[in-house]
Order: sequence, then structure tokens, then C-alpha cells
Amino acid sequence: MMHRELRTHIISLLNADTRLDGRKFNEYRKPIEVEHGIIKTAEGSAKVKIGDTEVMVGIKLDVGEPYPDTPNEGTIIVGAELLPLSNPEFELGPPGIQAIEIARVVDRGIRESKAIDFKKLCIEPGEKVWMVIIDVCTLNDAGNLLDASSLAALAALKDTKYPKFDGEKVDYKEKTDKKLHLEKMPIAVTVIKIGDKFIVDPDTEEEKVIDARLTVSSIEDGTLCALQKGGDFPLTSHDIDKMLDIGIEKAKELRKHL
Amino acid sequence: MTYKQRIDGRGFDETRPIEAKVGVIKRADGSAMFKIGNTLAYAAVYGPRNLHPKFLQDPQKGILRCNYNMMPFSSSGERVRPGGSRRSKEISLVTEKALLPVLNLEEYPNSVVDVFIELPQTEAGSRCAGICAASMALADAGLEMKDLVCAVSVGKVADKLLVDLDYSEESYADGPVADIPIAIMPNSDKITLLQMDGEVKKEELMKLLEMSKKVLVDIYEIQKKALKEKYQGVEE
Repeated sequence: MMHRELRTHIISLLNADTRLDGRKFNEYRKPIEVEHGIIKTAEGSAKVKIGDTEVMVGIKLDVGEPYPDTPNEGTIIVGAELLPLSNPEFELGPPGIQAIEIARVVDRGIRESKAIDFKKLCIEPGEKVWMVIIDVCTLNDAGNLLDASSLAALAALKDTKYPKFDGEKVDYKEKTDKKLHLEKMPIAVTVIKIGDKFIVDPDTEEEKVIDARLTVSSIEDGTLCALQKGGDFPLTSHDIDKMLDIGIEKAKELRKHL
Repeated sequence: MTYKQRIDGRGFDETRPIEAKVGVIKRADGSAMFKIGNTLAYAAVYGPRNLHPKFLQDPQKGILRCNYNMMPFSSSGERVRPGGSRRSKEISLVTEKALLPVLNLEEYPNSVVDVFIELPQTEAGSRCAGICAASMALADAGLEMKDLVCAVSVGKVADKLLVDLDYSEESYADGPVADIPIAIMPNSDKITLLQMDGEVKKEELMKLLEMSKKVLVDIYEIQKKALKEKYQGVEE
């Protein structure tokens, strides 16, 4: 293993009930900051900080043709750019597997919770629907991009207003007062397993030594809407039981920042 | 055909409001933000660091690599497809050439200094904003520099010569437009970036170069102030 020394150190800290930066196991870094409406060229935007991790999300709305099997529904498209500006290890080029996973997990949380009613995105059945394009851009990666991206995506959606559409073309210069309606507030919390301990909000060092992770997306009433297990080691159903409890509990806390 | 007044009420020799800040990206070796009007640029510097693949290495000196990128939601029109365009590649190239003269990379053979410029929001003048941010980020990274680099666009809209064109001026329909991005090294009074598109007479261009110098002095002061601000309160 590449980070054996680091791992031994982190585990000995966890056994003493603490972490590298002195946080509790279920404690997010501080401050958590959510800024809305920072980008004028986007229909909605937000910047989220969790400790030193900083992520920006911009929403563009476009009009397109619906999929043939869902003629009355618009859709969402999520992209994530792990910008080389935000981490010395990120490289230029097409999205790698980490970026794709983040985009897909953010997508599933929003899609499966039905946070956006796709039917309300319909302009003309079978012909024209709104497409909500959600782009995640990382500014500073100090760990836990997944949770920061999910929170920023929701914050940006909450800030989104439709541009003017005259039936032919979208006029991006003119925003209307009509807001994109959010039916639910899905929040992703990634719970990490290192040894026999569970923690949230890993920093860069902790991310290097994880055994397994479970990203838990849930809505206000605790209903789960998306899950993603990662990491090289398996989990027991007992682990999952614990991790779900932590994920649902912490989502409630994060949701207060929106 | 006369352009009487600028839409935002500025004087013809005035830039839009400018903000600058250093040290905005914690993980970078150096970083800066530069905002002019609605155009916002972040720059991060990584390096000098090892350069791979090896055949790109120069055993005599380090090399500079710049990348200019517009975020997908940064344009006032449609979404910008991620992954770079011919335009962004060309801007990356001229940015590199604009910055290289102030650096001394001879002490870093086989290495690279990477400069990543990201634009979250643009409304004309983005390459100049990127260069201003990048030059501050290089200084913040502690690299040996002969000078800073300051950049602004100047140009002509109908019959008027002016500085820092905004989007409505770049796309002015009732008369000829010239858009001329310029970067200078303020202390040695040398030009490191010069591009132009549109139409302009040679005499007018020379006049515009003079006009640009006046505002670039102000931009230089803003950059220096932002650099000093980061280290205020730090004990020697």
C-alpha cells in the first residue's frame, strides 16, 4: 500500500477518538459557506465552501427536443470538471473516472429524488422541452468533492430562473422572474470507513487511506434517493446500517445551509 | 456615425471597475483573482515541477505552460462546451508569450511552470483579465520575475478611441469596431501581447497604445496592492 505510514497514523488517531485536524468523526470542516447567484452569465449559480474545499456550480437552461419515450418531459444533464487549477494532481483533458463518478452521483440524487418535476420542463409535448444543464467546476480540492458538489448543485438549482423564450429562441440576456421549482432537497453525504471507524467529510490525507465509502443521498424526510459505494474493501450489512444513519443525519445538517 | 456615450456612462479613457485578490486557491503554489466589470478570471500556478512526458523537457531551462479555459456557464449566450476550442488554444498560446518575458526559468531545467486560467464569468476582455491574474499568481508563487504583466483591451468604436471595450461595444453594429488586447511590462515599457481585429489607421493605433499605457499604470498599482495585501500582517 502506498500510504502505509499515513494510514497507521490516521488509524492510531481514530483509535484515540480524534482525527488529523482534531475533528470528531461525524463533524464536517468549518466553515460551510453557500453563496448563491454569483455568476451573472448563468441562469443559476452557487459557490460552496466546506473548509478549504471550494466548488462552483453554474446552471444553463436550453431548449431541446424531448426523448422519444418521454415526450412530455424535460431533462437534466450533469457535468463535472475537475479543473487542474484546483489540485496539482488533476490534468487537462476529457473528464476522468473521478469526474464522471461525481457527475453521475450528483445526477442520480437530483433525478431519482424527483427534486425537479421533469413534466414541468415541458414546453410543447414531443417538440420542445427545457434542458437543465448543471456544470460542476472545482476551485480548490481539499477533500470531499462529492458532498461539496452535490450541495453546490442544489444551491445553484435553487437560485435558477428561466431565461426568456419566444417559442423559437432563448434570449439569455433576459431572465424572467419564473424560478425553477424544486420539489425536494436531496443532499449527498459520503460516509468513510477506515479500519472499523466511520467518519464524514474526509480531507485530502484521509481520502488517501480509506477502505470504503458510501455516498448516501437523502431528502428531507430521510427517504434515500441514491447510493454509491466506493473504495477497495467490502462492507457488511451492519456497516451499511450505521453508515445510512450517519448519512441521513448529516444531510439534515447540511440542508440548513441552503 | 458617431459613438456619443458609453452605455455604462464611463469616460472613453476609463476602465470598468476592477477588483484583484491574491491567494484565492489554497492548493496552488500561487494564485490570484482579477475582475474587470463582469469579467472574472482566476489563475493558479503549479511549479516549477517535474515535466512529463520527458521529451518535452528542456535541459537548459524550465518551460512555461498556460491554459485558458472558459467555464461552461461563463458566456452570456449558450453554454460553452467543455474541453477547449481553437479560440481557447490560441488564447493560451498568446498568454504564454505575454508572460514568458518576465520570467527567468534558467534555474529550473527539465521543469515546467503550469498556469491555469479559469473564467467563471465573461463579458469581453477575458484574455486580458486572465493575463493580469496569471501575472499576479506567478508573483504569488514566489518565482523570480523581472516585472509584472498588465493587460487591457483598447479599441475603436465608430469614431471614438477608447479603453476596455465591453460586450456591447465589441459587437457595436452602427460603425466599424477595432478590438486590440495589449499587455505590457510596466517597468521596462515593453509590449508582450498585441492582437487586433477590426479596422484602424496606423496613427490611431499609436494613439491607442498611448491611451493603454495610462490605464495600465493604474492596473499595475491594483495588482501590486493586491500582492501586498496578502502579506499584510505577516511578521518578517
